[in-house]
Amino acid sequence: MLDPDLLVQTVLNSIYAASYISLVAVGLVLIFGVMGVINFAHGELFMAGAYAIVALYADMHMPFLAAVALGLVFVGCLGLLMERALFRPLRDNPLGGLVASIGFLMILQALATIGFGVRMEHIPPVTQKVISLGNASFPLARLYVVIAAIVLLSALWIFLKRTRFGWALRASAQDPQAAELQGISIARTAQIAMFIGAGMAGIAGALTAPLVSVNPHMGHSVIVTAFIVIIVGGVGSLEGAIVASIAYAFVHTFVTTFYDGVIADIVGLSLMLLVLIVKPTGLFGSADRA
Amino acid sequence: MLKFLIWPIVAAALVALPHGLSFSQQEILVFLTINILVVSSYRLLTLTGEWSLAHVVIMGVGAYASALFSKELGLWVPVSMVLGAVTAALIAVLLSFPLFRMKGFYFLIGSFAAGEIIRLLWKRFRDPFGGPKGIKGIDPMPDFSIGIYDFDFFEPVSYYYFAGVIVCICLWLLWRIEKSPVGLTFHAVHWQDKLAEASGVNLRAYRTLAFAIASGFAGLGGALLAHYVGTINPNSFDLDLMVFVLTWAIVGGTGTFYGPILGCVTLTILNEVVLRELGFEQMRPLIYGAILILSILFLPNGLESLVQKLTRRRKTA
Repeated sequence: MLDPDLLVQTVLNSIYAASYISLVAVGLVLIFGVMGVINFAHGELFMAGAYAIVALYADMHMPFLAAVALGLVFVGCLGLLMERALFRPLRDNPLGGLVASIGFLMILQALATIGFGVRMEHIPPVTQKVISLGNASFPLARLYVVIAAIVLLSALWIFLKRTRFGWALRASAQDPQAAELQGISIARTAQIAMFIGAGMAGIAGALTAPLVSVNPHMGHSVIVTAFIVIIVGGVGSLEGAIVASIAYAFVHTFVTTFYDGVIADIVGLSLMLLVLIVKPTGLFGSADRA
Repeated sequence: MLKFLIWPIVAAALVALPHGLSFSQQEILVFLTINILVVSSYRLLTLTGEWSLAHVVIMGVGAYASALFSKELGLWVPVSMVLGAVTAALIAVLLSFPLFRMKGFYFLIGSFAAGEIIRLLWKRFRDPFGGPKGIKGIDPMPDFSIGIYDFDFFEPVSYYYFAGVIVCICLWLLWRIEKSPVGLTFHAVHWQDKLAEASGVNLRAYRTLAFAIASGFAGLGGALLAHYVGTINPNSFDLDLMVFVLTWAIVGGTGTFYGPILGCVTLTILNEVVLRELGFEQMRPLIYGAILILSILFLPNGLESLVQKLTRRRKTA
């Protein structure tokens, strides 16, 4: 017999999961779209955002929102550093870019370990308030993540579709050479994409930091999830990434609730393989960006 | 004259090598020998132009299969090793049906997903895979004597000789395959896929063939590992190890047969011997990551390009 309270609770948990997954995945898609490189260190950018909260909010007692904002800027600058030091010199070598980002991942993990130790960090909760819906409850801190995801993703959508920068970004993702001939600076659009993409991973990490256990290896499961999502959505499709994030979060959360986490991972990966078998370019993908 | 002498000298050096090393270095030498087989088989796979992220898991299939064949069915260890390799190749053929519908980046991630599914199955099912703790007490290679040398497989030196011989035979086979008409077709599938197809080459069949052969050798590598360490678990074959195989191949260079081996040997010596013995455990991934980035940036064609530069200079001089 399906308990309605449990059902509502699981739906709420799914919405929360979908929020931070989509923030991470959209950033990954943006970077792939403009730079043409798979950023393996994307999970570690998420981790860097979480550690910004450890340093600024938990250790230095800064107001939470100020810490989140600083964390966003910090991780965005890490993205700029990656663009300048790794991806720009390796522009014609996507596999090299992937390996370089693995090197960067190792450096970030080591820095987190050296700076904060391997112990799990528990961050004092931002708020203890809980919203209750019948017998189901939803911590306010999770609601912040959901709101942030909706606001940021809408802002990104407006930025990409309505501003000249957004057009330039999309143009250089579609055809870098033609875009450059139209006077669009590829280096500049790449910087914007890296700052936004990394910053979104960072903000997702920063906002969820008080809700999860922060440790130097937390990026691993995040990047695996993000890979699944961007594949199912179709690599290079922002809409696909968001739709796939929501679908994946619901499937994964429900299977975890009713079976267990490992089965949920297997189901998620199998669904992804199934999508690839039926439509090898993902649900929203087109063949030419493969 | 030098050409005939070089192989006996190399062989003698390889035989003498472990006796100048400490016990822990001898152990690393065994792993290095096995890893050379894994990375060389990986190169055979990359000949067709596809970069799989499942190779280490396939190696694990060989390890698990060989461990189970010897433990559950009581087969003689060398036989179970061969059967482990065959199992790995068969699983690869099975995986090729969904995976070879994809190309490039999609294949990369698809193969990663397939690998993770296998790994999670090991983790989830206690019977027969032992769950997260894996399989313990895997039968070691039975001791034997060849008259001049007694193999005692609790000694890393003995296992190094045993694995060394097996790996040398495998490398010779891999080299022969690469130079055979089949191997040349692999090259054609990579560099001139449209032309190859137009000449009547069945692209997918050749991709599958490369995948299966490479997986068989990787599976043998896994079996060699399993019967040496005696215990395997799902984390023995995780993404971290796959990342190492990938970087060995790329840092070494994939344009030649010896490139990946060069990368594997150089990075292992750097990582295990130099950095570990310098003492800063925590700094090790940091330095390793930095070296990885620097070598990608400044040696885009891998270490093999250095070798080629040196030998070319000597020839012209």
